[in-house]
Amino acid sequence: MSLITVNNLSKVYTTNGVETHALRGATLTINKGEFVSIVGPSGSGKSTLMQLLGFLDRPSGGEYLFEGKDVNGFSDEELAHIRNKKVGFIFQTFNLLPRLTVLKNVTLPLIYAGIGEPQRTQQAQKTIDDVGLTDRSTYEAGKLSGGQKQRVAIARALVNSPSIIFADEPTGNLDSKSGEIILGILQELHKKGNTIVIVTHESFVADAAERKIHIMDGMITSDEKVTKRRMVGEEAFQK
Amino acid sequence: MTFRDRLTSAIEGVSVHKSRSALTVLGVVIGITAIMVVLSVGSGAEQLIVGEIQSFGPRNVFLLPGQQPSGPIDAGGTLSNDSLTLRDYEDLQNLPHVASVVPYVFTNVTSSFESETYGGLIMGSTAGLFDVFALSVSEGRAFDDIDVSSQAAVAVIGQEVKEELFGFENPLGEKIKVKNIPLTVIGVIEKKGQGSFVSFDSAILSPYTVVQQSIMGIRYFHRMTIESDSVSAVPGLVQDIETLMRDNHNIDDPEKDDFFIQTQDDLVASVTMITDIVTALLFLVAAISLLVGGVGIMNVMFVSVTERTKEIGLRKALGATRDDILYQFLYEALLLTGGGGIVGVIMGAALSFLASLALKAFADISFPFIFSISGAVLGVVISISIGLFFGVFPARQAAQKSPIEAIKYE
Ligand SMILES: Nc1ncnc2c1ncn2[C@@H]1O[C@H](COP(=O)(O)OP(=O)(O)O)[C@@H](O)[C@H]1O
Ligand SMILES: [Mg+2]
Repeated sequence: MSLITVNNLSKVYTTNGVETHALRGATLTINKGEFVSIVGPSGSGKSTLMQLLGFLDRPSGGEYLFEGKDVNGFSDEELAHIRNKKVGFIFQTFNLLPRLTVLKNVTLPLIYAGIGEPQRTQQAQKTIDDVGLTDRSTYEAGKLSGGQKQRVAIARALVNSPSIIFADEPTGNLDSKSGEIILGILQELHKKGNTIVIVTHESFVADAAERKIHIMDGMITSDEKVTKRRMVGEEAFQK
Repeated sequence: MTFRDRLTSAIEGVSVHKSRSALTVLGVVIGITAIMVVLSVGSGAEQLIVGEIQSFGPRNVFLLPGQQPSGPIDAGGTLSNDSLTLRDYEDLQNLPHVASVVPYVFTNVTSSFESETYGGLIMGSTAGLFDVFALSVSEGRAFDDIDVSSQAAVAVIGQEVKEELFGFENPLGEKIKVKNIPLTVIGVIEKKGQGSFVSFDSAILSPYTVVQQSIMGIRYFHRMTIESDSVSAVPGLVQDIETLMRDNHNIDDPEKDDFFIQTQDDLVASVTMITDIVTALLFLVAAISLLVGGVGIMNVMFVSVTERTKEIGLRKALGATRDDILYQFLYEALLLTGGGGIVGVIMGAALSFLASLALKAFADISFPFIFSISGAVLGVVISISIGLFFGVFPARQAAQKSPIEAIKYE
């Protein structure tokens, strides 16, 4: 069943009158339950594609159907609602609010969803438990290690039970051990039925997914099943 | 997002960024404190001076030589005018409703006793002077009508004159010299302190007959106080005085009057005008400090929103609507400026109160403490508006960006 369908999607950035064609007509479909990686060299347009798919930016052209609905005409309110309920984001630089506690960071999407107490705190705490950070719940997010920060970000992305999770170079700022833990968690989440899209320029990260989309100069050059899928150690993800 | 959640995130925003919040509050406090102190001291000064005039008595009418000035009175300018005569003085006493007439002449002189000298005012008048200014004599006696009519060379001196010329010695019966005329000290006035029009502590008082003839060599008066027998008779008396004076001076055209009359109301009006000007000037100073405080708030708010554009983008990525963002920043600005406003009002009132206490303690001026409501309202309104504008306007700009644009903002 198709969750996302885009046709000829494009994005042009204009800075100081200079146009950058970051994405030149991408066409693809992502189904429910897939684990997709978007791979390509730096500057090829991977992040741009992911930001368009994740409603963080509006495309310059093309068609985008999310759960069968054309998103182009959506208002700001509707987009805020979709970002809140349907998508979860994991960024390379974590993007936590460093002075707030881990619990508060993870509760934010639930607050914007209008879920009240005590339900939202319980739900946030449970998700924090799921990523193995129970004992860090009351810490200021800024005081955690990189790997822990990214696990908080995963909890925050998961907390609203989204239809799809986007991760842009989630291991890019981490040492290899912490990176493996994060990949392990993502594989585990996929196993449980989540739809995941991961952006990376490293093929050993991309190989953790089921399907690999290559992108070059803003165009999709290949879209294939990962033949030798790399499974990250199960022990990495403590339930 | 509920109101409560929006308010809570605003409180978090304020408490998490402590130094930024403190700076904003400081800017508000400085501005409001300044404007409150200025307005409070301004109206305190006005009350003080107006109260002083009113203590002079509503039944008293002041007669001065020359033309009615359009602005505040220039005391020096009228002193060489010789239009108030002895005949005027005598005739005025016969007008109906006149309880008393007190004439004055005065000049600055150097007085001496043995090797000590003192520069101050000598005032020539009648015994009524002591009543008009509510002067009491602490040692010896005041001069009386007989002293005046007999041109007795006597003097009643102020405390400061006594201290400078006599130190701790008894001045009574001693002869001080004023322009080589010996005057026998017959009394000392009780200390009056600051705040009167005339500083009697540094004055020498003598019969006008002596001061006019022996010391100044003139025949006219500088001022007269005409006391009415009732407040209600004052307006009629003013007209009677005008008629009499024009008659005495052969004036047909009121435009050519060589005298003018001031009632207490006139004095209050002219003094209020002066204190209003002073208050306006002080207000300008306060407005500048409010501006300085405002620029401070502006800066902090502006920088903070720029800094927080990333946060705004992230919150949008997590599902915040534009309204969620706007209300968070609106409430943050309200908390900071409103909180600062309350602190500023309290500080302003406290400082004004301390100022009135200090003036009482060190300068012996009973300066009234006034809580300036207009200052409080003005200060709070201005700083809240600044806070709102510079807190909410840039937040609005940031909230209009796409989430990723805001997140990437440097
Ligand atoms: N906000 C922007 N303004 C202007 N150019 C941009 C912006 N974001 C990305 N680009 C440009 O678009 C191209 C694709 O960028 P991006 O999608 O970030 O690539 P990738 O994630 O594959 O490294 C690059 O040439 C980049 O410089
Ligand atoms: Mg990228």
